[in-house]
Amino acid sequence: MKNIISEKVEQMQPSGIRAFFDLVLGMKDVISLGVGEPDFVTPWAIREAGIYSLEQGFTSYTSNKGLYKLRLGLSRYLKAKHNLDYSPDEEILITVGVSEGLDLALRTIINPGDKIIVPQPSYVSYGPVTELAGGLPVYIDTTKDDFKLTPEKLEKAVDKRTKGIILNYPTNPTGISYRRKELEALSRVILKHRLVCICDEVYGDLTYDFEHIPFAGIGGLKKNTIYLNGFSKSFAMTGWRVGFACGPQDIIAGMTKIHQYTIMCVPITSQMAAAEALVSAKKPVEEMKREYRRRRAFVVEELNQMGLSCHNPQGAFYVFPSIKKTGLRSLEFSQKLLEEEKVAVVPGTAFGGCGEGYIRISYASGMESLKEALERIKRFLGKD
Amino acid sequence: MQEILEVLEKDCRATPEEIARMLKKKPQEVRNAIKKYEKEGVILKYKAVINKDLIRDEDTGLRALIEVNIVPQKDAGFDKIAERVYSFPEVTSCYLISGTYDLLVIVEGKNIHTVSSFVAEKLSCLENVRGTTTHFLLKKYKEDGVILKHKEENKRIAISY
Repeated sequence: MKNIISEKVEQMQPSGIRAFFDLVLGMKDVISLGVGEPDFVTPWAIREAGIYSLEQGFTSYTSNKGLYKLRLGLSRYLKAKHNLDYSPDEEILITVGVSEGLDLALRTIINPGDKIIVPQPSYVSYGPVTELAGGLPVYIDTTKDDFKLTPEKLEKAVDKRTKGIILNYPTNPTGISYRRKELEALSRVILKHRLVCICDEVYGDLTYDFEHIPFAGIGGLKKNTIYLNGFSKSFAMTGWRVGFACGPQDIIAGMTKIHQYTIMCVPITSQMAAAEALVSAKKPVEEMKREYRRRRAFVVEELNQMGLSCHNPQGAFYVFPSIKKTGLRSLEFSQKLLEEEKVAVVPGTAFGGCGEGYIRISYASGMESLKEALERIKRFLGKD
Repeated sequence: MQEILEVLEKDCRATPEEIARMLKKKPQEVRNAIKKYEKEGVILKYKAVINKDLIRDEDTGLRALIEVNIVPQKDAGFDKIAERVYSFPEVTSCYLISGTYDLLVIVEGKNIHTVSSFVAEKLSCLENVRGTTTHFLLKKYKEDGVILKHKEENKRIAISY
């Protein structure tokens, strides 16, 4: 029975902190700052649209690319919001969250052995999904550059086998983002080496200090860029699993081929709800954003005051403070904090080896829980 | 500065220090702004939202919505008579509205007798009140933006990427 599991899957590194996660899930009365999704429920108008679609009997497949209504809505939304031109017919594909979009994008562009650059700390799936697609992830440690990828480091990492780069901003887990100038500087390296850019911009609408600029909107980059986004974070729709991929016609056609054989289409209820989100959720989305911004300021200030130094994250709902001064390793710190004060955070090492010495704190939690959790962390730090 | 109001409207116990942190301002600035709002009457009161259905007490009270038809007065219009109506402590809300009647009055009393006697003996007898229609409130679902339900359980998994 030894060979049932493929070598590829056998060799995949299971997450080193699985055991820690199980510990959290098994404990009661824990305040969790380890959650990677909004604490808001999907705005009612969107939920109502989902219910209505069920009442009306919309229970069938949709076209592989997704409901035309939704693609058209997205095309207009992206034009109005970011001045991006994507044709609903050929350049937009509705996916099962950004996760599927990412998988499709990588499988569409990678030939065996192609290298994909991944700045770290990064979201957990980039490396493994690259490997599953037959590629080779090349990690760049950004911890010394305020968690930002610099053109110099990118230039250094590129070689003849480099096919593309996964750029995620605002970044999970650090919350950093890039301004236009920084994106333009990166774009010069990318254009020079003709890299494909897979951009996970799912937190784009949750950018607080400046306007989010999609990478595809930087001059000359649209033809190289696969723009991935979704409804999960900004519309509080994680469980609906709706994302979308925009890109050049040939790439989207390639991605659609895989999508049609593996997924067929995104559930129609979710697509109809998402279409409604584009028209009626502006106000609740803005309210959620303001609430996140207030929490961010509060949490960053509190953490810095108690000596867990952290940079100011410009987006998403994460803070990534350093715990180095405690002398504990990330996992150790998180385990002790959980056991002694019942506060759950995610060890930085979950997001790559260079995350050692950091923890990820999510402020997608009500102010009351945040205040209480921060009190507990303060008490925890005062103990030794 | 409007955002201070947004914070307080959600939780009036938020301290000036906390609000200052959330909005990246100085506590004194926030304190001054709140004082100004209070002085101007923008902030009128700080209170808890109580779900009275959960109080196991016989006298938790009964509410009625009363439509009141009134005769407007020369020079004062509806305002003067409205004042006479809303000054009764039994009246918890009072609105002038368009349509088939003039004032919508919400009255709270211990039980059906106290509410009806208020209507019969006080409200209806007021000069200029032409007539009333009383609707007793059976159940409250939502009030001032708050859904009157127990805190909902957390539906998210405790930890995720």
